[in-house]
Amino acid sequence: MRFADSSSIALTAIIRYPLRSSMLLLAIAIGVSAVLMLTSLGEGARTYVTKEFNSLGTNLLIITPGKIEVGGNASAASIGQAARPLTIEDAMAIENSPYIDSILPFIGGSLTINFEGRERNVNIVGTNHNMSEMFDYDMAEGRFLPVIALDKVSQVAVLGDTIASELFQNQNPLGKWLRIGDRRVRVIGVVDQMGQSGSVDVDETAFLPIAFAAQVFNTESVQKMMANPRSADVMEAARKDIIRTVMARHQGHDDITVLDQGAILNTFNSIFLVLTSTLGAIASISLIVAGTLIMNVMLVAVSQRTGEIGLIKALGGQRRQIITLFLTEAAILSFIGAVFGVVLGEGAIYLMREFYPAVEFRAPLWATFAAVAMAVLCGLLFGIMPARRAAALDPIEALASH
Amino acid sequence: MIELVDICREFTVGEERVQALKKVNLLIEQGEYASIMGPSGSGKSTLLNVLGLLDTPDSGQYLLNGSNVAQLSDDELAARRQAVIGFVFQSFHLISRMTALENVELPMTLSGLSASNRKQRAQQMLERTGLADRMGHRPDQLSGGQRQRVAIARSIVMQPRLLLADEPTGNLDSKSGSEVLTLLEELNDEGITLVMVTHDQAIGDRSRLSLRMYDGELTAKRKP
Repeated sequence: MRFADSSSIALTAIIRYPLRSSMLLLAIAIGVSAVLMLTSLGEGARTYVTKEFNSLGTNLLIITPGKIEVGGNASAASIGQAARPLTIEDAMAIENSPYIDSILPFIGGSLTINFEGRERNVNIVGTNHNMSEMFDYDMAEGRFLPVIALDKVSQVAVLGDTIASELFQNQNPLGKWLRIGDRRVRVIGVVDQMGQSGSVDVDETAFLPIAFAAQVFNTESVQKMMANPRSADVMEAARKDIIRTVMARHQGHDDITVLDQGAILNTFNSIFLVLTSTLGAIASISLIVAGTLIMNVMLVAVSQRTGEIGLIKALGGQRRQIITLFLTEAAILSFIGAVFGVVLGEGAIYLMREFYPAVEFRAPLWATFAAVAMAVLCGLLFGIMPARRAAALDPIEALASH
Repeated sequence: MIELVDICREFTVGEERVQALKKVNLLIEQGEYASIMGPSGSGKSTLLNVLGLLDTPDSGQYLLNGSNVAQLSDDELAARRQAVIGFVFQSFHLISRMTALENVELPMTLSGLSASNRKQRAQQMLERTGLADRMGHRPDQLSGGQRQRVAIARSIVMQPRLLLADEPTGNLDSKSGSEVLTLLEELNDEGITLVMVTHDQAIGDRSRLSLRMYDGELTAKRKP
């Protein structure tokens, strides 16, 4: 029997029994669409995180005090030993490295600020002029922090939108003096409303020059630095140079951690890939459930068409041909169901994107193909038993059942 | 063409052993016209099933065209049926979702013939059985007599040498019944061996070889 013939015989049978066919199609479609929707969740989360990282640029080194041992047990020396702080002088030394284009130091905390008796507790970020560029701040008023040497104390502040409007209400905050802790500071700019950016809630934050922030908090230590190498090619050289520079300043102690943003992103990507695959695997359980329905429905098909099976046997149909006929039918049904499932799933994912535009829900292509293949495989596997039962029918009894 | 030697076939019905065929011996020559008659339960259906290779005897020899087919495997039997035997059933056994033409094509489809070949031959057979204008009709759009003629077209499309008919007129009115019978007898005249189970004595009398089953035993009477 030719493939085209067995397909067309199977297809006429599918059309002849619309109720059982549509039940099966529905079950498989739901299974496949579940795989698509769940994997689109994983994939959406992955692209969301990737986008957040990429907005900073992947060409970024993150420098923190203390040694983080990656992928191993902490060494005895690093336990119970307070990390030596990174200082503003360290930051300046790193800024002078030939491999480094720019750096962004960071001191964070919170303090009360005061203007004409109105008080408010705000987040303080001590940094430099690079911050607004790196995180794409738009200015509502004035300008961002001035371009000055890192160790230069300048008593100026840039405010987030919420703080500015609550403290100054209808007044123009530019040029006004307010108190932060026990120091006076002049407002030189207001950042436009933008919400959360990276780890900073911009609207609720006052930005100070790093050296001034260090005085305000009475500290010398910079909590974190980001460094931009001159190009992607010198990432590794820049990383080594930073470590070497700080070691020289810390009496030969290698006591900082320099992380490569791209490497972190890769780690995240592989974590999310596992997550997405796991979600897909969980969803494909529903395909196995659909598979048991395939078996049930095909068994019904065999008993509905016992007379036909008897006839085919009388006409010289071989066991293998009868098995082929029923397996073809199961495969066609599950394939059509899978195609419906893809349409259904993509429709649902489209709606998810409409409702949560922040996350780009999208079923990965491999998951779509895997779901369709899995559906057809289930159809074949669960079709084997009914098909074998059909092939094993006694032709005389089968003919008599008509 | 057909030679049965000491064929026995037993069934278990409930707790009882029933001997459907008791040492049946039979010789049917090529081109023979044979009828099988007998009360129900006499074993005539079992005999037809054995002749049609749908049932295998418990013992004895069945020589079909000179080779013993009594103990072949299912698939080997299917291959012999396809090559040598055509079946006509009392209840037609047409596939309701297929047209008359597709029903007649089915044996050729199973044997792997190309679509164009099949169509041509199926059309010839339907023309031969007087259904040239009914090829695209489905069985539920045809009368009983027309359905049986579709089934006969299907049974001869592989050009078998043996045609087995199990009460082919049993579900038909007398007019369509006699048309169908005439058609089968014409085919027999053209050389095909016809073996027919019937309840109708008048039909039985028309055959040259009368086979009568009673209680699993066969008596044969050949007209001179």
